[in-house]
Formats: sequence, C-alpha cells, structure tokens
Amino acid sequence: MSLTLGHYLSLGAILFAMSVIGIFLNRRNLIVLLMAIELMLLAVNMNFVAFAYFLGDLHGQVFVFFILTVAAAESAIGLAILMLLFRNRASISVEELNILKG
Amino acid sequence: MDYQTGFFYLFAAVLLYAAFRVITARNPVVAVLHLMLAFSQAAALWLLIEAEFLGLTLVLVYLGAVMVLFLFVVMMLDIKLEGERWSFWKHFPLAAVLGAVVALQIIAVLWVGFPNVTSPATPAALAGVPNTKALGLLLYTEYLYPIEVAAVILLVAMIAAIALTLRRRKDSKAIDPGMQVHVRASDRLVVLPMNATQKPVPLPAAAEESKA
Repeated sequence: MSLTLGHYLSLGAILFAMSVIGIFLNRRNLIVLLMAIELMLLAVNMNFVAFAYFLGDLHGQVFVFFILTVAAAESAIGLAILMLLFRNRASISVEELNILKG
Repeated sequence: MDYQTGFFYLFAAVLLYAAFRVITARNPVVAVLHLMLAFSQAAALWLLIEAEFLGLTLVLVYLGAVMVLFLFVVMMLDIKLEGERWSFWKHFPLAAVLGAVVALQIIAVLWVGFPNVTSPATPAALAGVPNTKALGLLLYTEYLYPIEVAAVILLVAMIAAIALTLRRRKDSKAIDPGMQVHVRASDRLVVLPMNATQKPVPLPAAAEESKA
C-alpha cells in the first residue's frame, strides 16, 4: 500500500474539521481562535501541496506560497488588533466583545 | 506498506495530536508550542511529497517568525487562566460529532472525485529541475505581477501593525525630529538692541557725600 492522494486529502479534511471545532468551542480566548485559523489555512495548504504533487502541476505550490504570504500578514494585523483590544478592555474574551451589539 | 507511507502515518498522527492539543490546551503558551509542533510535522509531510521549498519556508517563516510573534503576544498579555474548563467539555461531544460529519463529507467527496491517484505524474519539462528552481521559474515569469502584489500586501501589513500598536507616552520628553528640523533661529533667539557703552548713572550715596 503506497502513499496516495487520498491520504493527504483525508488528513487535510480531519485537520480542517478539528480547527472548525476549535473555533466553535473556544469562546473565551481570542488568541486560540487566531491559532485555529492558522491551522485551517495549514489544512488547505496541505490539500494544495498534495494536488500539486500527485497531479504533477506546480501551480498548486505557487498558490500555497501566496496563501502563506497572506496568512502571515493576517496574523500580524490580527495580533496587533488583539494587543489594542487588550490594552483598551483588559480582556480578550470573545463573549465580552459586544460593543457593536452585532 | 513502504517506508514513505509509514512516515506519513507517523507525521500525521503527531500532527493531529498537536492540533487537538492546540484547541484544548488551557494555557495559551502550551497551545502555541503545540501549534509549532503541528507546523513542523506539516513541513515534514510536505518534504515527503517533494515540496522541499515550501516545507523549508514553513519552518523558516512560520516556526521562526509567526509563531514567535504569537509567543511574544501571549507572554505580553496578562491572560487570566480560567479555573474550570468553562463549557468546553460540555459542548465537546456535540462538536466532535459535527466535526466528524464535516470531515467525513469532505473525505467522501474528494475520495470519489480523485480515486486512488498514486503515480506522481512529473511533467517531462520539469524532470531534472529541482523543486526550488522550478518554483522560481514559475514565480518570476508567469506570476511576476501577483508576487509584487504579495510584497505590497506584506508592506501594508507591516505598516498597519506598527500604526495600530504605536502609542505615544505622555511622560516621554522625546522631540519630533521633523519639528526640530523646521525650527528657525528667530523662534529660539531674540536679539535685543543694546548700546555697547552707557553713561555712568550717579549713585544716590555719592550725591549725598558731595553735598556734605
């Protein structure tokens, strides 16, 4: 039994589902939410890399490159907003962030 | 089962364990450290399927920069740890079932769509070219414009992060260099007209002496 595309796609799917659970259940800590988003992007990247290898198309890897760029920018800005939030509210609980009453 | 598949299962097991600990860890520092473990395992998995450049980029950029940034922020914030694990484990069974449904659906769709693709079909044009070179050839020809946009996105993110967290201290005596450069001599120095020599004013005591 050799390595197939299905192995990697299954791993990506399980990782994605796990991070979705993490986002739903962690309502007290915004920083864990950011980490779950990073895991989600990792799962998607896993699929891209697997397709790029098994279908012999390098464009998938280029796409992963761009996703990594955007994810780095996103986490930098997200953490900056988190710092600002903690400085103003002294809390990073998602449940207490109801200023906008959204 | 060849050695490649064995390594895949090893790395995948550690990756899933680390991901599980990321979402369940009570202490955020522990969560960040497990996230680092997860990313390193993902890099190893990518190395298994010949994505060498991206695997090493993941280690350098993610483990080296982004995760350290996370760690800095976690340690800088004074987060109070919750005493008991709030409602996490209460809702966990339902969430686990839903997550399993999501994962099984994705797997079912993808497995039907791509049944048993095993042969790594390397195109003839890229037969002897290393992965990094092939990626570079694509990036700097076909994707030249997108890569410049990506660079600008990184710049914008950097400026935004600095601008968001910049704080002026009230007790700081630092002076804005722009204001310093724009200052003129007339703002700082006033030249009053004064005579170089003056007539001596007769002292009152001296006047009384001459009277006596």
